[in-house]
Amino acid sequence: MNIATRDAYGRALVELGKEYPNLVVLDADLAKSTKTADFARFFPDRFFDMGIAEQNMMGTAAGLALAGKIPCASTFAVFATGRAFDQIRNTIAYPGLNVKIIATHAGITVGEDGASHQSIEDIALMRALPNMTVIVPADAVETGKAVAAAVAHEGPVYIRLGRPAVPVLFDENYRFRLGRAEILRRGPDAVIFATGIMVSEALKAAEALSGRGVDVTVVNVHTIKPLDVETVSGLAMKTGAVVTAEEHSIIGGLGSAVAEVLAERCPVPLVRVGIRDRFGESGKPGDLLEAFGLTASHIVEAVDRVRQRRVCGK
Amino acid sequence: MSSSQEELLQELGKKARVIRSDIIRMVAEAGSGHPGGSLSAVEIVTTLYFHVMRIRPEEPDWPDRDRFVLSKGHAAPLLYAVLAERGYFPVEELLTLRKLGSRLQGHPAFGKLPGVEASTGSLGQGLSISLGIALAGKIDRRDYRVYALLGDGENEEGQVWEAAMAAAHYGVDNLTAVLDYNGLQIDGPVAEVLSPLPLPEKWRSFGWEVREVDGHSFEELLAAFEWAKGVHGRPSMIIAKTVKGKGVSFMENAVDWHGKAPDREQAAKALAELEAVTS
Ligand SMILES: Cc1ncc(C[n+]2csc(CCOP(=O)(O)OP(=O)(O)O)c2C)c(N)n1
Ligand SMILES: [Mg+2]
Repeated sequence: MNIATRDAYGRALVELGKEYPNLVVLDADLAKSTKTADFARFFPDRFFDMGIAEQNMMGTAAGLALAGKIPCASTFAVFATGRAFDQIRNTIAYPGLNVKIIATHAGITVGEDGASHQSIEDIALMRALPNMTVIVPADAVETGKAVAAAVAHEGPVYIRLGRPAVPVLFDENYRFRLGRAEILRRGPDAVIFATGIMVSEALKAAEALSGRGVDVTVVNVHTIKPLDVETVSGLAMKTGAVVTAEEHSIIGGLGSAVAEVLAERCPVPLVRVGIRDRFGESGKPGDLLEAFGLTASHIVEAVDRVRQRRVCGK
Repeated sequence: MSSSQEELLQELGKKARVIRSDIIRMVAEAGSGHPGGSLSAVEIVTTLYFHVMRIRPEEPDWPDRDRFVLSKGHAAPLLYAVLAERGYFPVEELLTLRKLGSRLQGHPAFGKLPGVEASTGSLGQGLSISLGIALAGKIDRRDYRVYALLGDGENEEGQVWEAAMAAAHYGVDNLTAVLDYNGLQIDGPVAEVLSPLPLPEKWRSFGWEVREVDGHSFEELLAAFEWAKGVHGRPSMIIAKTVKGKGVSFMENAVDWHGKAPDREQAAKALAELEAVTS
């Protein structure tokens, strides 16, 4: 079954709206696309369409937080993090305000709209900000739980969601733990750290590899910041071969975050699967994932390559 | 009206109908895209490229050409159809819109397709780009003019007003903006989502010369562009009252047709309607 993470967000907001009377939602003329329109229908007095004005939306969210509200501000990821970056930096992150920036349409799976609408650097931008928590859910179930955890958490949070329907990986018993990387599958031959929609591709890759007798560990790194450094370095040392997978530039995202840990703690060969320093383009989401090297078979290749460079571990 | 003026109006009308059909075919073939805001500005962009602007489609980089910046970049199907019909690239290429590897990206991408003057798609940025091109023209003592097309919802972006202020400050009278006042954005009518109204008063108070026209009347558009060339010492703004989805009955004034492609049946119906006007 496939469900878009933004659909899960819309449903989660309605539930949270009942639980938290001080939850307010802002959008920038994309309420139907980001699914905040669901919340607007249930709680019209706590919803503000700010028009096509993302910078003002973030500043307003900051003010709402200062006055005791829990604002969730939503638009496409490229406009949330790019257009309003300075407002997020100086007005939200610096004072550590309790604003939840929940952005949809991240990555190249935006599809036909093309590069102007495909954020490939939003994780990098948000990760670079002190005080900011960065979460990239892998499926609809995790999205619902991550949004609830973000609202319960005190401080600024960025959650990155997508446009298309994606496979559901977890059931309702799944426990989301902020800041903890989740081991989904164990194997000694390499470790794949994946985030967002690449988690399901990593699981497919692991299945394909095991058919060849290569057993890899797959980890869902839903919280990019704070990164679960213990899990990352522990599994890197245990396996001696690391692959990262993300629908984001290899510069500044999960691949970079893992590389930083490896370089400082335990130099282990690493191959980053991600967008290789280029802008996106128009096309069908599936075709783009293929063209940009973001599928299970690309992860398999990356595992093969990194294992050839393996020097330590088992 | 002189007979040559009458011929011109007929000629522009014919082009506009072809361009509307192109837009429907392109968006239907792509399976996604923005028909509403493309159709509302057909007369505006047709008038510019087929009469007002000094251009050489066979020499798209000619330094003295007039420039057009599509600030509301989601109306890319309109820009591409006009450029193709004006001879910048083959009309057949229009059907590659939004496909992997195409030069016709979902939003205009500079450097990929002849005639595209700027990368747009993130709203609110095109007027600043236009101001820069206009300032460079002043420095270089070139007499080209710069035209920018903005959406009414786009006026909600703060950067539009930063550009408005700067353009008036520097007195760039070689810059003319056109505002596609179709009254709708994505979440609903502009007046209800986050009102940027009243528009003429705002632009005037920012130091612009403002003229209001019927954005589907070639006569009024031609007169307004002529008027703009005569404005001295200030930038000029043409507020063009339009109908979103103009020309296709079921798309007219319908907020849902902002960013949705017609299916095969709907496209056939739309093309038949446009065809009926032609004959
Ligand atoms: C900075 C930015 N925010 C949001 C969007 C998404 N978006 C695309 S079109 C649109 C509505 C535009 O309305 P308007 O300017 O009135 O255009 P028109 O009615 O002429 O299509 C929005 C919000 C965008 N492209 N850029
Ligand atoms: Mg509009």
